[in-house]
Amino acid sequence: MIRVWLPASLRMLAHTDAEVAVEIQGPVTQRSILDALEARYPMLRGAIRDHITQKRRAFIRFFACGQDVSHDDPDTPLPDEIGDGSAPFMIIGAIAGG
Amino acid sequence: MSKVRVLVGTRKGAFLLESDGKRQSWEVKGPYFGGWEVYHLKGSPADPNRLYASQSSGWFGQQIQRSDDGGKTWQPVDNRFVYEGEAGTHQWYDGTPHPWEFKRVWHLEPSLTDPDTVYAGVEDAAIFRATDGGKSWQELAGLRGHRSGAHWQPGAGGMCLHTILLDPQQKGRMYVAISAAGAFRSDDGGETWRPINKGLYSSFLPNPAAEVGHCVHRIAMHGSSPHILFMQKHWDVMRSDDGGEFWQEVSGNLPSDFGFPIEVHAHEPETVYVVPIKSDSEHYPPDGKLRVYRSRTGGMEWEPLTKGLPQSNCYVNVLRDAMSVDSLDPCGVYFGTTGGQVYASADSGDTWAPVVRDLPPVLSVEVQTLS
Repeated sequence: MIRVWLPASLRMLAHTDAEVAVEIQGPVTQRSILDALEARYPMLRGAIRDHITQKRRAFIRFFACGQDVSHDDPDTPLPDEIGDGSAPFMIIGAIAGG
Repeated sequence: MSKVRVLVGTRKGAFLLESDGKRQSWEVKGPYFGGWEVYHLKGSPADPNRLYASQSSGWFGQQIQRSDDGGKTWQPVDNRFVYEGEAGTHQWYDGTPHPWEFKRVWHLEPSLTDPDTVYAGVEDAAIFRATDGGKSWQELAGLRGHRSGAHWQPGAGGMCLHTILLDPQQKGRMYVAISAAGAFRSDDGGETWRPINKGLYSSFLPNPAAEVGHCVHRIAMHGSSPHILFMQKHWDVMRSDDGGEFWQEVSGNLPSDFGFPIEVHAHEPETVYVVPIKSDSEHYPPDGKLRVYRSRTGGMEWEPLTKGLPQSNCYVNVLRDAMSVDSLDPCGVYFGTTGGQVYASADSGDTWAPVVRDLPPVLSVEVQTLS
């Protein structure tokens, strides 16, 4: 079970709590987590990454085990703690604007 | 007993204001989609329980929300706005080519007859249509594909398609307006388009009477005479008596002919409302007085409407989609300000009162008259 932490605006959109759980078969990567998240919560499609290019939206950041992994290749395996559920994969809205 | 529902989009969410036909006592519902920008909400003329809302965010992009119960509950529908074919380029502010990039939906215009059909005006300027209640959007690419499209440039607020008018009498006729390309008309349901900007004069253009490039802020029509159009341009209030073939200026005695919204009385096709703004760099009312101006003669002769509106130290703006009318008798007129006030008049503008004073900056106001 993978734990995913969502920012407030996306919780509101998906009608969830701050943390949701998704199941993944195979390697645990940014891409596989987002694929599973969007499959369970289709309203999040386009809100985290672009529909077509699948690139992360500019003001979104991904954190894993205290590390900013936003600029990593989306197919890079994430730390074991994300895969075993002992740490959440965090989706963060950048601090900007008012 | 008739009821009125006012749909208010703001910088930080949407609100529904509801009253009976007297329009004296109001219930305020919301915020819906709190924290998100809601550029526009509008109800279907064919089913008043069907509402569409454009919800967007600089962080999380575009969402379209739909309600089937008059705003009690909402569900997100499709948010993919993909330009048809090779997107190509338009002109950037400096005149260089710039790729078309979808940014947000500015305006949603439900069909006059089918609740499941709705048009979306977007930035970068294009029009999309859904015929399944918003579950899938397709671009009407003939507009952006017009030979002038590669030469369109954004206005200061972006290159937005902000106005969509559907002709209730002539099947297939529709109008759009784009900042800063101008007005366009289709006579075949949106498949093909042509500019309708003759008579407009924009001194900032190399050719002030150019076919495209005019910063049209808003167009309005009355359903009983849809060949008559009224326009608030960047500067100048204009009128066309022939479906946009030619425009003439009707600014007349307005204290400023700069402004954003323009609206037509529900029962008097020659009664028109504007909110003059001091200038293109000073987006607030002249002399600090918030005045709606009404013409009962289709333009040229305007009277200030001030009763109940602040007449000193008022420096708010009224944005292009933030004015609307109901269809009761007497006609109700409504507008929202960047200061978060929504004002209502239940007597065609003679007197005004705030419905709410402290919302986030108001982006849009639409009204539903419910039986």
